[in-house]
Amino acid sequence: MKVPLSWLREHADLPAATAHEIADRLTAAGLKLESITSVGHEIKNVVVGRVLEFTTLEGFKKPIRLCRVEVGEAAPRGIVCGAVNFEAGDLVSVALPGAVLPGGFEIASRKTYGHVSDGMICSEAELGMADSSPGILVLPGDTPVGADVAILLGLRDDVIELEVTPDRGYALSIRGVAREAATAFGVEFRDPAAIGLPEASGTAFPASIADPTACDRFVLREATGFDPSAQTPLWMRVRLSRAGMRPVSLAVDITNYVMLELGQPLHAFDRTRLTGGIVVRRAEPGERLTTLDHVDRELHPEDILVTDGSGAIALAGTMGGKETEIGDGSTDIVIEAAHFSASGTARTSRRHNLVSEASKRFERGVDRELPLVASWRAVSLLAELGGAVPGTGVTHAEAYVAPLAIAIPAGHPGAVAGVPYSKETVVRRLTQVGCEVVDGLVEGAGEGPHGVDATGTVSTGDLAELLKVTGGDMLTVTPPTWRPDLTDPNDLAEEVMRLEGYENLPSVLPPAPAGAGLTEAQRLRRRVGRALAVSGFAEVLAYPFSGERDLDNLLLPADDARRRAVRLANPLSEDEPFLRTTLLPGLIKTAVRNVGRGFPDLALFETGLVYRPRPDAPAAAPVLPVDRRPTEEELASIAAALPDQPLRVAVVLTGEFERSGWWGNGRQADWADAVEAARVVAREARVELSVQADQHEPWHPGRCAALYVGDTLVGHAGELHPRVVEAYGLPPRTCAMELELTRLERLLHGPVRAPKVSAYPVATQDVALVVADYTSVADVTAALRDGAGELLESVRLFDVYMGAQVGEGNKSLAYTLRFRAPDRTLTVEETTAARDAAVAVAAERLGAHLRGT
Amino acid sequence: MSHYDPVEVTPLHADEVARMLSEALDAIAATGDLDALKRARLAHAGDRSPLALANREIGALPPAARADAGKRVGGARKAIGEALAARQADLEAQRDARVLIDEAVDVTLPWDRRPAGARHPLTTLQEHIADAFVAMGYEVAEGPELEGEWFNFDALNISPDHPARSEHDTFFVGSVDSGMVMRTQTSPVQVRAMLSRGLPCYVISPGKVFRTDELDATHTPVFHQVEGLAVDKGLTMAHLKGTLDAFAQTMFGEGITTRFRPNYFPFTEPSAEMDLRCFVCRGSSAVPGNPPCRTCKSEGWIEWGGCGMVNPRVLVACGIDPREYSGFAFGMGIERTLMFRHNAEDMRDMVEGDVRFTLPFGLEV
Repeated sequence: MKVPLSWLREHADLPAATAHEIADRLTAAGLKLESITSVGHEIKNVVVGRVLEFTTLEGFKKPIRLCRVEVGEAAPRGIVCGAVNFEAGDLVSVALPGAVLPGGFEIASRKTYGHVSDGMICSEAELGMADSSPGILVLPGDTPVGADVAILLGLRDDVIELEVTPDRGYALSIRGVAREAATAFGVEFRDPAAIGLPEASGTAFPASIADPTACDRFVLREATGFDPSAQTPLWMRVRLSRAGMRPVSLAVDITNYVMLELGQPLHAFDRTRLTGGIVVRRAEPGERLTTLDHVDRELHPEDILVTDGSGAIALAGTMGGKETEIGDGSTDIVIEAAHFSASGTARTSRRHNLVSEASKRFERGVDRELPLVASWRAVSLLAELGGAVPGTGVTHAEAYVAPLAIAIPAGHPGAVAGVPYSKETVVRRLTQVGCEVVDGLVEGAGEGPHGVDATGTVSTGDLAELLKVTGGDMLTVTPPTWRPDLTDPNDLAEEVMRLEGYENLPSVLPPAPAGAGLTEAQRLRRRVGRALAVSGFAEVLAYPFSGERDLDNLLLPADDARRRAVRLANPLSEDEPFLRTTLLPGLIKTAVRNVGRGFPDLALFETGLVYRPRPDAPAAAPVLPVDRRPTEEELASIAAALPDQPLRVAVVLTGEFERSGWWGNGRQADWADAVEAARVVAREARVELSVQADQHEPWHPGRCAALYVGDTLVGHAGELHPRVVEAYGLPPRTCAMELELTRLERLLHGPVRAPKVSAYPVATQDVALVVADYTSVADVTAALRDGAGELLESVRLFDVYMGAQVGEGNKSLAYTLRFRAPDRTLTVEETTAARDAAVAVAAERLGAHLRGT
Repeated sequence: MSHYDPVEVTPLHADEVARMLSEALDAIAATGDLDALKRARLAHAGDRSPLALANREIGALPPAARADAGKRVGGARKAIGEALAARQADLEAQRDARVLIDEAVDVTLPWDRRPAGARHPLTTLQEHIADAFVAMGYEVAEGPELEGEWFNFDALNISPDHPARSEHDTFFVGSVDSGMVMRTQTSPVQVRAMLSRGLPCYVISPGKVFRTDELDATHTPVFHQVEGLAVDKGLTMAHLKGTLDAFAQTMFGEGITTRFRPNYFPFTEPSAEMDLRCFVCRGSSAVPGNPPCRTCKSEGWIEWGGCGMVNPRVLVACGIDPREYSGFAFGMGIERTLMFRHNAEDMRDMVEGDVRFTLPFGLEV
């Protein structure tokens, strides 16, 4: 809401404070300052002049006039002017030499078109009153020559733009802001709505409300004999522009002006284009309406319409119809001022993607008592400025609405704030807001329906009972009609608190509850992040969006579960409409970006959710009631529709994992680093990872490890498939790992058990086993471990050899086995026996034999 | 003396002993390395050395002369032993010094063979904030990012027609009427916490949220929030202020407090916008004439987040009796906090994953 301060001051006796000081007070009251625009403060030396005569200079591309202008000095001045929209004798605004115009433009005597121009005749645009203007500004005939134009036309002003929250529709008007400003400064408020209404005789154009849930008040007034050629007075055009609205024509400008002044949206119909009586109703199937913006709209059965004998003539509270709008020749005007349903207007506006100044106000709540006043104000202005004759009748259709009263203990605002407010303070503040406050509990307070609906929803039944606040010293508070948002006891508490000043709230730290700290799973997540970072990986937070192309790039088969992705109804990009089912595409694309920026050696990781729809899930989650706790079944019905959202961790590595340098060659990241990254994660979860060869996209079929904890598959690691690398434009041999942390979290098993440390000496035995080259090291190691028995302390592979000495198709695996007993020094016989047992199991399971035997 | 029959044994003469001692000391002093010293030791202190041989002669002296000669020879041998030990220590020290000098390296050589990684500052900032509240007894609550509309809106008193609902630029899942959205705020976690945890309930919930904004310097469609919720008997707006003041001091230092301004959120009533006292200029830049402040743009305060008393309607939807319990809630944007706390100027840097942005943050923000 843009508020010219000059307009605001008309309705509140504000002190001589700066725009900033006024805006600060309004901000403290909840109308937040967005910006302040100062206009015209730099203007000087612009005076009213009378054009005594002019001659038109020949020989130029356009007609140029040399004028003699009287400006209240001893002699008239000669001024060159390129405009032609004035006559001799007209009053104009003249920037004298030395004048400054908006934007700091300085005016001096200068030679132009062959003559000295001793000043400049100004247009509205040059005076900062309009964005553009076709000619110069001609002033009314009674303007005194020589007067200061800046003062005369109110050119110096400050416009404060306020952010109005959705609950405070009343503040979308000068009336509402002036009320807040007056309260904030403790000065008198002059209500622009407090105008006397004439005694009505008879009705205006006939109207009725067919659906009281759509509209509970509908008022029509008429103005006849309007002069369609009448111009909008300058002051009104300036105010409209400063408030952010474009002047259109007098009749339209008047409806907009009254809306800005009072907050009541109005609509003007051409009386001659209306047929039959007006009825407010919902749309019928198949009905259509072409609105003012020339869009032919298919109407929805819930749309609220203003109709006449011909059908729909306006989308109520949103936009008028094209057929009945007032035009250049309209002389008989019907003004509509209504109170439409807030939610109904909101829905209509949203459905048609049509936000108007009217719909913005209706959906935030408009004062139900305004239509009679605002329509009269409009008709009066049509008469005053456009020569119309105001109709004596008024059509007033209405559905009964019981006023809402809220009962609160006088101590309630203080109890919410945590600082006591006296009863006197509470009553005074609520009265300033416009509430009617009665001592004691009035029968029926807080009950009964309230309007068609408001920003806040009034409750009945159990909910109303739960929201009631009881206590001693009850007050019964009836909020003003312009505050439909005040429905609950806490709403009233807020009003008292904000007017008493949020800055005066005390700061009290509540006693600390007994918290349990982070959960085991939360600590695991932090450890994993730290461990990967310490291992050289940099964390990224990629967007979780992906596209068909990613799934193809990853070579995922048609039946791969990762192709079953959630689709967004309104994705930012149609190329990436899915939610990720794997972290890899985001990581890979981040890697490509970094490589492109000159960082070919990369180790990246991400921890985040993936979204995995269940095939049997319902397509929609129900929206549950809010007036009570949902049942467990109801909550389960939402849970059933939501996809699984497990937490994953993934890494991508490319380039050198160990750098080359003066010390020699580095080491390219390879599949083993990817598997090791998984081990880093598993170590933090204190689970042992076992690894099996696998073929799983997007990994290289010969360099892909499936990662298990016990029997649970937790992820994959290895080198990416060369075609995946190529599809994304990654450097060759890029490696990756992805692991589901949620599965590890389930396997967490409490605190570590301290091992027993034996002080007896270690006995070491080395063995070299020959096995077929396809045998996996993990299996051989497991066999040795199983066979060696409990004296085995550790087993470590220290060499892998393939060559002639072990025969074609074989490899030799050399291990160091370390044995130790907790209670004695082992004998050579004991360790040899244990070693032989280990080898025997490897021989039995995998056909291994000792090298050289 | 009279019975003494002096057998003249030349090596035991005082001047002969002195000569042998002097010879030995000279030889020891002349040694240049440990090998030479070893040879000198053999020559002058070994079994076949002149003094060792002279020592053997003492027994042959008359008893009266033995003590005198023994003293003389013993003194000389001791002096040689001491000289050897001293020279040994000397030469060893010289050798060690030489070796260590030979082994010296240029310690200014760079070593970045295994460059360090880092965690993302948005992650660690969320943890940092969560920790501040965990220290105050809060627990960290979590919930799904793809959320039921009821949790994200309805239960939070944002009815389908509520103007606030259209202000959230929501990603709808599947279709616009599926009842599922990408959560637009972390508040649905509060609903889940109230439904599933017992009372009193003090939780902090950091997490990712989604709105249909295009990425630019100050907007991103995927961003992070931290929200807190406390539900207990007798909680007031003053408690909310006390909690946020304590939090502000933890994050930004002694004396940094918050300021409330009235605002509107459907899920809190009363509601407030929360400003943070500028931790750089401490408000001084707002006073005319003082130097300007880039962090708060010379306003003295930094907009930080929203807060308020949990709307009793929200409590009802979560099965809590508002006549018995009250609550407060607050929330702030993590990206924004990173921007003003760490001078991060462009949100794109936070989402693009450029390692140059992330690495300097290390393990903690």
